[in-house]
Amino acid sequence: MAVKVRIPTVLRSATGGRATMDVTATTVGEVLAAISSEYPNVQEQLFNTDGSLHRFLNVYINDDDVRYLGGVTAAVADGDEVTLLPAVAGGATA
Amino acid sequence: MTRHESVLELIGNTPIVNVSALSPKPNVKIWAKLEGRNPAGSVKDRVAISLVEEAEREGLLVPGRPGQTLIEPSSGNTGIALAMVCQLRGYHLKVVLPANVSPERRQLLEVWGAEIIDSPGSEGSNGAVRLCQKLAAENPDWVFLYQYANAANPLAHYRTTGPEILNDVPEITHFVAGLGTSGTLMGVGRYLKEHKPGTQIWAIEPPSGEMVDGLRNLDDGYVPPIFTDNHGSDMLDRKVIVRPQESIEWTRRMVELGLFVGISSGAIMCGAVRCAAQIPDDVEATIVTIACDDGWKYLSTGAWTDDIETVVERAKKIIYF
Repeated sequence: MAVKVRIPTVLRSATGGRATMDVTATTVGEVLAAISSEYPNVQEQLFNTDGSLHRFLNVYINDDDVRYLGGVTAAVADGDEVTLLPAVAGGATA
Repeated sequence: MTRHESVLELIGNTPIVNVSALSPKPNVKIWAKLEGRNPAGSVKDRVAISLVEEAEREGLLVPGRPGQTLIEPSSGNTGIALAMVCQLRGYHLKVVLPANVSPERRQLLEVWGAEIIDSPGSEGSNGAVRLCQKLAAENPDWVFLYQYANAANPLAHYRTTGPEILNDVPEITHFVAGLGTSGTLMGVGRYLKEHKPGTQIWAIEPPSGEMVDGLRNLDDGYVPPIFTDNHGSDMLDRKVIVRPQESIEWTRRMVELGLFVGISSGAIMCGAVRCAAQIPDDVEATIVTIACDDGWKYLSTGAWTDDIETVVERAKKIIYF
């Protein structure tokens, strides 16, 4: 499945400034693995040492938070957009 | 009851109105609870009175004693509601406010005598929280009620908003609300899960994390303590982003029903419509959503009258949630 990934500003220092990536994956876990394999420095930011997602990282499939769709096992489909965003205080700028 | 001793008695018991004309499915009804009817104009009146009364019960604040100061981070509505309550109680309020809120929000704070401390707009509410924590630590005599971490915030909704909703719409199947401090979702969510098990709880959020600069890495992120304390990840069934374009579009659609509500209410209505769209055609469902405030505070954004693309660009630069 061809998926577009949007990388937040806070992670772009580890991706050489790259803001979007096209990856092939069937789950969110595979999407994150694809990013990590291309940019190893991103991996330690995305995951805790036990392999769980960083508590301040939100991952969305088409703006739907994957924590409520099965987490890293959530399926992605052709043309989906996966967005990574840092969790910030509510009421922030839209 | 039409005679009241104090404006504070007018907080809560807000009306709820059928907005099913905007539902994409005939089998899904949608009701909007109009929190703009609260005396200081938003759902945050419930939180403000709850925070202050709890602090008074604990002895942190003493009504009538001179020289008491509170400090609170707010993108607007909590500050405005607290300012109104503090004026009636005789407390001085300092509000740490991101510089890029709408001018009406800023002016309303001044109406009720609050002192404004600006935090950098580019840091959003994160920056306001951080600066407020620093100032509170440097000034231990100031009372910092910290709406993001204070149990009295969700408790206000557990005690009032939740029961009102279930009383008015007992057939509720889904509750859709905005995620800021998470107070509404945690309080109403817990009440509904306890009293109407099976009710789905949906959180709607703006794409905040895209716009907040000044984060060095993910460790600078923030999750409200009350979200964690209430096991928010278990409480919520879905959490979706609504972007500025749709927020403005749905704020305008609400006008078709005579509802002049704020931009976050449009965003949440959009979320309710998305929620409705995924309900199967053969399932009867009833969604209750929150209209957090009225439109008055956002007139300067031109949200209803200007070209939508211009308004969306403007909305990306201000805090409306």
